[in-house]
Amino acid sequence: MAGATRNERHVSPPLALARREIVRFFRQKSRIVGAVAPPLVMWILVGSGFHGSFREDSFGYFFPGTVVLVVLFAAIFATISVIEDRREGFLQGVLVSPVAPASIALGKVLGGAVLGLMQGLPLLLLVPLTGLRVDAAGLLSAAALLALLAFALTSLGFAIAWSLESTQGFHAIMNLFLIPMWLLSGAFFPVDGAPSWLRAAMAVNPLTYGVAALRRALGGAAPAWMSPSLSWTVTAAFAALMFAAAVAVVARFPAGPAARLAAARPPEAR
Amino acid sequence: MTPPAVEARSLSRAFGARAALTDVTFSVARGEIFALLGPNGGGKTTLFRILATLLPPDAGSFSIDGLDPMVAGRPVRRRLGVVFQSASLDKKLTVGENLALQGDLYGLPSGTRAARIRELLEMFRLEDRASDLVETLSGGLARRVEIAKALLHAPPVLLLDEPSTGLDPGARRDLIDALASLARAGTAILLTTHLFEEAEAAHRIGLLDQGRLIALDTPGALKATLGGDVVTVEAKDDAGAPALAARIESRFGAEAGRITVVGPTVRVEREAAHTFVPRLVEAFPGAFKSVTLGAPSLEDVFIAKTGRRFREADAPDGGSHAE
Repeated sequence: MAGATRNERHVSPPLALARREIVRFFRQKSRIVGAVAPPLVMWILVGSGFHGSFREDSFGYFFPGTVVLVVLFAAIFATISVIEDRREGFLQGVLVSPVAPASIALGKVLGGAVLGLMQGLPLLLLVPLTGLRVDAAGLLSAAALLALLAFALTSLGFAIAWSLESTQGFHAIMNLFLIPMWLLSGAFFPVDGAPSWLRAAMAVNPLTYGVAALRRALGGAAPAWMSPSLSWTVTAAFAALMFAAAVAVVARFPAGPAARLAAARPPEAR
Repeated sequence: MTPPAVEARSLSRAFGARAALTDVTFSVARGEIFALLGPNGGGKTTLFRILATLLPPDAGSFSIDGLDPMVAGRPVRRRLGVVFQSASLDKKLTVGENLALQGDLYGLPSGTRAARIRELLEMFRLEDRASDLVETLSGGLARRVEIAKALLHAPPVLLLDEPSTGLDPGARRDLIDALASLARAGTAILLTTHLFEEAEAAHRIGLLDQGRLIALDTPGALKATLGGDVVTVEAKDDAGAPALAARIESRFGAEAGRITVVGPTVRVEREAAHTFVPRLVEAFPGAFKSVTLGAPSLEDVFIAKTGRRFREADAPDGGSHAE
């Protein structure tokens, strides 16, 4: 058995909650397929469809965006589970425990980000098939960027999901907000060729900077006006801001949607 | 002097225009089992959620071991073990994994955690289920795991919301025994229930109706507030009960004791009712469907206090059902 020093140690709550996310993921096989397959299928279909009608190689162009989409899907699936946690009752037990709001958010976000990375990183092995030329330093940068993006997108998903009562509501927000955010990030078409109003929208979209940085790390071309340091800084700030938002919703509305609905529906009336 | 384990002072809470809880004051001592008994919608769950630190009261305050949750939120939560009416286990994790996670959330060192898990698995006879996924457990087994989970960090105060939900009578008996032995070891236990038999096992009972604490005493003392025995007369039809009550009243006057009409029955509380029943039956031959004589039950106490039967008082909106 463990020695005395080990017996005195305890697992910190965020790590314990993050580990739970990962264990749950591997016990739900359909989630693995659901997160990885659709973006890959899309990459092959869209890349093939645009093949030849594009200045640069379309497989290479769509590749960074596809990796980001895998991470985005992973983040969505990971954070949507907070709605299930609430509905199935698990969350109430966490909310009465002495765990701080920041730790609750960190546990979920860390778990989701690790899952996103576990799904996104292996895709980098496909780089040789894309026509992109990348060295070891580029791959390392790409991995670091993916980690930041996974953290940012999971935090964003968590902040949204926390106050929602149903997974259907999340799907609506996903289609209305998260997917357009991805479409307007330069993942799907280049910023520089877009009409000016769209270009403005893409310039304020923080994901644009993450996708550009990833594209650059993988040997692709990013908009000339965006320096590498700008793209990294915005991506890091995006991650920090989204995590702050995730912590804030837990601290502000510990009861989630119930706080909003309490007036209309008292707890005993269920 | 040590402060009570739980002290609630004038707690009130409204949802919109509806007052779910009004001016509720009570305390629970160490080693005491305190039952909040009331119909559904009576305010039990609201009170439970306030004490579990999930819902802030609109007015009033409470303390756990003398600590104010508004000032010392985390120390208060460390002292509380909470068993919810609905499941709070992760179904995709095993029994052991759920308990280990609970230990981590409460900051138990890994050595203590392992020892406590073994202790509780044994106490709730779950040793051979530790590596089973919770989703494969029966309702009664899962309930035992819920309670084991709440006790893992050895809380001095245990809150349970309708703890016997989904348990068969045997398992319910086991639960009451387990709570009694925890109380003997010094744990303060507060449970909500709408079952009289569960409330009977408590040291003291708070009767909660329409958000108000309408009575607070030991089960024996509560029943002793009724005058001796209760005679229940069932009228031939619903409409007949008020008329029958009036006739009994005019025939026997003050001698009849306290008379209440509840649905199709007329209830008479009085001393030495065994001498009264034959005279009652002779006075109105053929007017009753049945006559029963019994010692007062907690349900009789509820009826005496509210003029309603317990089941009739079950109302989703907690609204009044006065007859």
